Amino acid sequence: MNELSLGNRQSESVAALIVRRFFKHRLAGIAIAVLAVLVIESTFAFLSRYDPTTQNPTNSFQTSNAEHWFGTDELGRDIFTRILYGGRVSLTVGLLSTFLSIALGVVVGALSGYYGGLIDSALMRITDAFLTFPTIFVLILLGAFLREQQAAWLKNSVFVVIIIIAALSWMWPARLVRSLFLVLREREFITATRALGGSDTRIILRHILPNCIGPILVSGTLQMASAIITESGLSYLGFGVQPPTPTWGSILATAQNQVFRAPWIAFYPGLMIFITVMAINYIGDGLRDAFDPYVIHTEK
Amino acid sequence: MRTYALRRILQTIPILFIISILLFLMVRAAPGGPLTAARRNPNITKEQLELLEEKLGLNDPLPVQYGRWLGEMFSGNMGESIKFHRPVSEMIRERIPNTLTLVGASFLLTLILAVPIGVLSARKPYSFFDYAMTTITFIGQSIPVYWLGLGLIVIFYVTLKHPVTGDPLFPVGGMNTYGKEGDLLDRLWHLVLPVTALSLGWIAWYSRFLRSSMLDILHEDYIRTAHAKGLRAWVVHYKHALSNAILPLITLIALDLPSLFAGALFVETIFSWPGMGRLFWDAAKGRDYPVLLSVVMITAVLIIVCNILADLAYGWLNPQVKYE
Repeated sequence: MNELSLGNRQSESVAALIVRRFFKHRLAGIAIAVLAVLVIESTFAFLSRYDPTTQNPTNSFQTSNAEHWFGTDELGRDIFTRILYGGRVSLTVGLLSTFLSIALGVVVGALSGYYGGLIDSALMRITDAFLTFPTIFVLILLGAFLREQQAAWLKNSVFVVIIIIAALSWMWPARLVRSLFLVLREREFITATRALGGSDTRIILRHILPNCIGPILVSGTLQMASAIITESGLSYLGFGVQPPTPTWGSILATAQNQVFRAPWIAFYPGLMIFITVMAINYIGDGLRDAFDPYVIHTEK
Repeated sequence: MRTYALRRILQTIPILFIISILLFLMVRAAPGGPLTAARRNPNITKEQLELLEEKLGLNDPLPVQYGRWLGEMFSGNMGESIKFHRPVSEMIRERIPNTLTLVGASFLLTLILAVPIGVLSARKPYSFFDYAMTTITFIGQSIPVYWLGLGLIVIFYVTLKHPVTGDPLFPVGGMNTYGKEGDLLDRLWHLVLPVTALSLGWIAWYSRFLRSSMLDILHEDYIRTAHAKGLRAWVVHYKHALSNAILPLITLIALDLPSLFAGALFVETIFSWPGMGRLFWDAAKGRDYPVLLSVVMITAVLIIVCNILADLAYGWLNPQVKYE
């Protein structure tokens, strides 16, 4: 069926095919739009009339009204503005830590899967060790520990959080890439490349890796969703990004302290985390469909 | 089988070794370390500080310190809490049963609900029930456990009240009402909200997994044979299909254990449940490194043990698995 329909159509690039198939998944399309809105509004957070950190105690604990859409917290800060700025932290941490962890994971997985043998066993033992780390405990431990250090660059908490989340999540992409490499390196086109004199580097970078893009992107969305949940959780517990920088997690933490006085505060930051994570999960779903060769056959 | 088990156990030794070195280096090698609080204290003189360093063996070379720490760990002596001046092992021993109660109860609830949901969804895929469950499970997977916990507190403690007495519907702090320590019903009542918060995401995840696992198996020939023999549908589904579909779940559960403990940490913090997670959080706030290191080490060992058990259980339950 598919061959026929493809024959009638003008040939299109692989990228265009994947984009087209991605938007066939309607919820994934909506999720992209939602995420775009989140990115834009947190980028332009400075357009808000309020400052996220300026305190105004005479104005505390307002419920949502025309002036303060989401109300104000115990220090009279506008919660809507704080949530906009918090989005910057969540999205930055999510994106950069995912990027770092995928980069490290691809290197480890590619070396391990392509060369096998001693390199493989050594790298996989390390990976296994990291996998048995009780992640959130180690994150808290690192968060508590790094904050005590003197060096200024360690005090930039957003940066620290990105690094430690990436350091504890590269194992999943590493395992995935390794398993993909194990299969692909035995394929004929790789033997052919080798026979033509292609170097290892060339085979890895130009021939095997491009075939792994789909699964890596899908696992990247899962990583990003969990990085955002982890960052917020860490900030919520007080060991992530430090005040006065507003994050969704730290807004939630103040909400818990004020749960009797102002229970509504707890609603908004959690809702933002939830919407963001849900959107990223749906994008992952759409990507899976777009890259899955079997889905072609169900296409009209 | 026995050699496999033995090899599996031996394999964990280098893993534990790596973990312990990383943990040890992280806390000891960098500036600051266990004496940071004492250094900031103006009442402690320089001489006292040096004496303290000498006493704690902080001037020895790092490998010596590491060896000593590891030896102490093995003999069950995990040091003394900086904050409470009590042996860490004693503090942890008090907390372990509480965490296991919380995690165990949540796990039980998860299985009781996730299995029927997964099977029913797979029996009639793309039905209304299946779509409803897909939506609910997608939501359940995306809700952060800390928000869910806080939401439950807002709804069932702050907002809703008992219509007659005006008391909150459910308690949200601790494991018992004061003075009712041995009361089982009271304990269950205290468990309701924390267990709900901890289980929802897991119910979503496992029912989803079981659904796809069941769907794969329902296409197998032996299922058709069972139907053809005239067996009742529920016997085929729950006995023939489920017993095979649930196998991969065992491996999955073992791999998910770290996250289950992570969830427990949040729930314990939110609901003041006196378990290991809560102990860890309190210790992290007070930079109580002996406690922190021990909890991480114990949790890591626990995770490794569960992984091995899951591997062995998988082989024991599935005769197709052969161990070389």
